[in-house]
Amino acid sequence: MATVTLNIFRGNQEKGYFQSYTVETFEGMVVLDAIHKIQREQDASLACRWNCKAAKCGSCSAEINGKPRLMCKTRIDSLPIEEPIIVTPLKTFPVIKDLVCDVSWNYEIARKIPPLKLADEGSKEPLRMMQEDVERVQEFRKCIECFLCQNVCHILRDHQRKDIFFGPRFMIKLAALEMHPLDVEDRSEFLKEVAGVGVCNITKCCTEVCPEEIHITDNGIIPLKERVADVYFDPIRGLLRWLKTP
Amino acid sequence: MNNYEVFNCDVLVIGAGGAGLRACIGAMEKGAKVGLVTKSLLGKAHTVMAEGGAAAALGNLDTEDNWEVHFRDTIRGGKFLANWRTVEIFAREAPERILELERYGAVFDRTGKGLISQRAFGGHKYRRLAHVGDRTGLEIIRTLQDKAVSMGIFDYPELTIIRLLKDGDRISGAVGYRRMDGGIVVFKAKAVVLATGGWGRMYRFTSNSWESTGDGVVLALRAGAELKDMEMVQFHPTGMIWPPSMRGILVTEGVRGDGGILLNSKGERFMFNYVPEFYRKETAETLEEALKWVHDKKNYRRPPELLPRDVVARAIYKEVQAGRGSEHGGVYLQISHMGADYIRKRLPSMVDQFLHLGNVDITKEPMEVYPTIHYTMGGVTSDPETCATNVPGLYACGEVATGLHGANRLGGNSLSDLLVFGRRAGEAAGEYAMQNESGEISESEISEEVNLLMEPLRRESGENPYQLHTELQDTMQEHAMIARTEEGLKRALEKIHELKERAKKIAVKGDTCFNPGWHQARDIQVMLTVSEVIVRSALERKESRGGHWRLDYDLEDPYWAQHNIIARLENGEIKLSHRKVPEMPEHLKKIIEG
Repeated sequence: MATVTLNIFRGNQEKGYFQSYTVETFEGMVVLDAIHKIQREQDASLACRWNCKAAKCGSCSAEINGKPRLMCKTRIDSLPIEEPIIVTPLKTFPVIKDLVCDVSWNYEIARKIPPLKLADEGSKEPLRMMQEDVERVQEFRKCIECFLCQNVCHILRDHQRKDIFFGPRFMIKLAALEMHPLDVEDRSEFLKEVAGVGVCNITKCCTEVCPEEIHITDNGIIPLKERVADVYFDPIRGLLRWLKTP
Repeated sequence: MNNYEVFNCDVLVIGAGGAGLRACIGAMEKGAKVGLVTKSLLGKAHTVMAEGGAAAALGNLDTEDNWEVHFRDTIRGGKFLANWRTVEIFAREAPERILELERYGAVFDRTGKGLISQRAFGGHKYRRLAHVGDRTGLEIIRTLQDKAVSMGIFDYPELTIIRLLKDGDRISGAVGYRRMDGGIVVFKAKAVVLATGGWGRMYRFTSNSWESTGDGVVLALRAGAELKDMEMVQFHPTGMIWPPSMRGILVTEGVRGDGGILLNSKGERFMFNYVPEFYRKETAETLEEALKWVHDKKNYRRPPELLPRDVVARAIYKEVQAGRGSEHGGVYLQISHMGADYIRKRLPSMVDQFLHLGNVDITKEPMEVYPTIHYTMGGVTSDPETCATNVPGLYACGEVATGLHGANRLGGNSLSDLLVFGRRAGEAAGEYAMQNESGEISESEISEEVNLLMEPLRRESGENPYQLHTELQDTMQEHAMIARTEEGLKRALEKIHELKERAKKIAVKGDTCFNPGWHQARDIQVMLTVSEVIVRSALERKESRGGHWRLDYDLEDPYWAQHNIIARLENGEIKLSHRKVPEMPEHLKKIIEG
């Protein structure tokens, strides 16, 4: 019977260690299956989050051999198993226990975002939008909030500057609103002053880890940067703004 | 016991899937202060798994469609066991709810005229499902989540409610524990909305997540509420069967709606052999007609693959039993003939799911599928207009409630159910809360329940909750799945009684900080109660109807066509009774016959 060994982080933000577990493998097994097997057969106190087990809910994010991934979408046979598989929690957020992080910061950020605003608010008429005009927005709305992009963003991960940048997940949330064909809210000042779109230095790490293959940087963040630049740094618009200011 | 946190609100909503979130919005619109509790993080509830779409007779593609046809399809699909008024409200209001969702920010796929596109689905006469590729549930839950958040919801994520609290007859709140640290939280609320979803975790092969244990029905039962038709569990015809790691994961009905066909090991399109008389008139008779339907839905009748789910699931079961199954004991679902570009556009997440998890390229190869536990039609009895239960102050909506789907749910009716009755429950609970004072909460109820919760941690040794769960899943899978017999069900009942005794002696290691073993110790108690009600109701209904198929009573029975099975808790025992299905008024009967 083939087996695989996993070295899994146990502990919390203050202290922790790696515990080694060996489990039998089966066809198509993913890392999340291995975790469940350990919980059932060896250690019921090993903590992880999961829900759908079909890469649709974004709950089981972790770092597998140092790479941020969904545990339910990572097949064991896609990893080198001569060496133990190393499973650690997301680094950017405080560890509650084992593989479970405190991601509540993301939910606080979500509260700050100005929602969709339609010109004909209060009307019950069906909206008219063409498919080609909503395709980009639909790409961003594929996001399953696994927060892997937040986890690899240098500004959040290495510099821990959650105070100046909302992170890629919320850049595309803002982009989805800004590019909604019927939205009339102006978020350019918000983008620049509050969400910190200017801080992103376009390393595209977020795009690389996105399990939904959303082109976060190219299709989301760069157009937002251009939008802000148009409003704030275009000399003619700057002059117009100066003239309009009472 | 005083060691708990208290949260005061007007309305407490338990469950943050589509129904719970829509209820929050409804209650807040009535001016209520709303608390929202969810076992997972916000936005992860089971709604996220819904793929195909939300059924509403918008008539954007098939202009002949209207609420009456949707009403007829739903009543017939539910094998006449549904509450006619619930279905009427549903069919009439679904379009409005979908359009409203669009104004909250949902971005559905569009028609050539820029309206919401609609997809064909099993049991629906016309193209009716508003959709976004095959990730409609995600679109709906995120939209509602954003709306509720922007309105100022007070949410308590990762918290499990363990008991509803009562002041005399009426609801006064609820008590639960934070999964993160085991902290006890008491919610004082004037009204409680149950939106806890369904229960599929007591079966081995299920499309349900760990959350679907049936907390809502047990909370309701213990608070004195009535359950109805708990034997009605839906087996979705197409779950993944291979590799073993993916067994039970859903393959959307959208595959068949978009032209996918079912084949047995001989390459026969076997569904043509299983068309019930009831559906013969509206089903294609020849392969040729079924093929033409894919491109011309107006002039040709739908293929038999799109018969209601109970019919298709039974047919697959019979094919496999007859030795015409696929390599791993299912049947083949093929869509590759539709062309790779079309498939990638219409079913992107299915392509991804099979490619990454199953090593199958569905644009080239067939999938292997077998029925999987998917949905529960039965649940807490609630009023069609307000979603009120028989317990004052307690409301139920979404999958935990019952009345809309009868003996079999049509695909796509669940997402619009959440919207229509989530709103009604929220608004009614909000109004009730604004008109009533807070009740008292009982310290003894709280300490009794918390004691039970903590017991497994105090025991040095005892039963392993995971072991009990495995045994329960094996039992339910073997005896209470798609094909049932009296003998099998009785055996299941015996086993459940044995497991109940053993569950009193569960011991778990560790502390209350995010401890899955401890969580499981609680969940298994809930699942055992739910399983008992399912099995006992299934024993009671001596006929075959919709999701409930008795090999020893293979036909529909006229008595049971008119009776629901009611379950209540009396002195700690589950008591069953029969109640007549409400008589449909004449003008609606005409719609059904028409």
